[in-house]
Amino acid sequence: MKKEQKIHKKITIKQIINENYKTKTFFFNEDIDIKPGQFIMLWLPCVDEKPFTLSYKKPSGVTVELKGKFTKELFKLKQGDNLFYRGPFGNGFTKTKKNAIVVAGGMGLAGVSLLIKSLKNLKVIFGTKQKKDLFFTNRFDMEICTDDGSIGYKGFATDKLRELLKKEKYDIIYTCGPETMMKKVFDIAEKYNIPCEASLERFMFCGIGVCGSCVCGNKLVCRDGPVFSSDDLREMNDFGRYARLKNGRKASLQEYHKWRS
Amino acid sequence: MLDLSTSIAGVKLKNPTILSSGILGTSPDPIKRAFENNAGAATIKSIGPEPRNGNNNPSVIDFGHGLLNAVGLPGPGYKNMDVEFNELSKIKEPVIWSIYGNDIKDFVNITKYILKYNPKIIELNISCPNKENGMLFSQDKKSAANVTKSVKNAAEKTIVIPKLSPNVTNIVEIAVACEKAGADAINAINTMQAMVINIDAKKPVLHYKKGGMSGPAIKPIAVRCVYDIYENIKIPIIGTGGITNGRDAIEMIQAGASAVGIGSAVYYRGINVFGKIVNEIKEWMQENDYNLIKELIGIAHK
Repeated sequence: MKKEQKIHKKITIKQIINENYKTKTFFFNEDIDIKPGQFIMLWLPCVDEKPFTLSYKKPSGVTVELKGKFTKELFKLKQGDNLFYRGPFGNGFTKTKKNAIVVAGGMGLAGVSLLIKSLKNLKVIFGTKQKKDLFFTNRFDMEICTDDGSIGYKGFATDKLRELLKKEKYDIIYTCGPETMMKKVFDIAEKYNIPCEASLERFMFCGIGVCGSCVCGNKLVCRDGPVFSSDDLREMNDFGRYARLKNGRKASLQEYHKWRS
Repeated sequence: MLDLSTSIAGVKLKNPTILSSGILGTSPDPIKRAFENNAGAATIKSIGPEPRNGNNNPSVIDFGHGLLNAVGLPGPGYKNMDVEFNELSKIKEPVIWSIYGNDIKDFVNITKYILKYNPKIIELNISCPNKENGMLFSQDKKSAANVTKSVKNAAEKTIVIPKLSPNVTNIVEIAVACEKAGADAINAINTMQAMVINIDAKKPVLHYKKGGMSGPAIKPIAVRCVYDIYENIKIPIIGTGGITNGRDAIEMIQAGASAVGIGSAVYYRGINVFGKIVNEIKEWMQENDYNLIKELIGIAHK
């Protein structure tokens, strides 16, 4: 287990890169020792604190989509500005030397970037709605899929996954992205009898395994996860179906995502 | 044969460890997981009168000697929880139903509403420091007695346990007033009001600024409260505050607790902390030739 920063530590923004029309990468002046799949809590004083995975390790950085109140404030920051983090928290992905396939949807690619960097034998599928949502296309060699066919394969990342699995043998499937996509990836993995690891997202208060806000089934996404194996996913009834809102009410994934967007 | 069983006002617990309110208990699944991990009883996150989002983050931090939290009682409100209540009512082990309200009417309404799910025990959260007026009913003996009496009248035969705040001048007189008002047991203590400032940010760390301190830092405070309360009331006490291992639990029991609340220790040692503490209690009892945990309750007073 890597050492956690338990109380918030100040970090400075060294560089900001525009990845696409709604996505930026913020590089920090400090390298955070983190395992692929773990997350940090980023704190903007007087605003809020939210979980993020690092998309770059050395130098450390986060890749963020402009979405809500927190990211709106984050996007106002400039080079030289300070923010605060604690962590890393959570379990992370299992390392493998075997033949792996990574299925990323939308911002989920940021969540598996360190994983992709750490693997040797791998194929990456990256699906977005349209061409302008893409990022990291020069960083990684990927099978690009768009819902509207504006670039690459026209169709869902899961369709591409089925296609690839018919052609070649893979030993493990990693996935991060919209949960409906991850549920499909998991179902396909089950059908092909391939172990799967999915990085889940839930609304989090504490981030350290006490408050219960991020429960999915009987698992805490912040502490038991955020990465779950096939054995876990099979038991987690909420996976692909329900998530809890900030007030704790169990909602359909559709309602949850509507609230989060 | 070691006997770790204890009881709270007639409700039997297989061991004295109780998952405290506000920890994990947002839904029935983690409550069941606490029981799978050998908890003697488990308390759900406090049910409130209306949907509530709680505070912004940071809401919980490990400041080095304990946790500081101001989650702020998020919850769907009691009218939106029938699915959860129904599932909770099917759990055979003792589930403690924690409730909070903005006024006595809220406490009574929630009590009446949940009665159809046959809760074994209702805990009155009158001591939350992290919302406006969260501690209103724990600040003086009259208010604490009034809310206890009103809920007790509404609760029919259900056991009612007020959870008391340490942020008062005299916790003993409040415990005594609750006993007189019909409380079946007392839970002491809720968190201590506290603040941590991040000097680099020049801001309080918690978004709510102030919070409730729990964990190892408050254990001696909780032990003192339980010790003093024990000398003045006859009803059982759940001792809560900083219990992390078996020795801590035994200390609290020796001070007068019939059972112990476990909260922050879930953070320090994981959800399987209950089984760990139970094993540590057993080890101590074996080494010290005790067969019945009940023999240890209040033994420090003799």
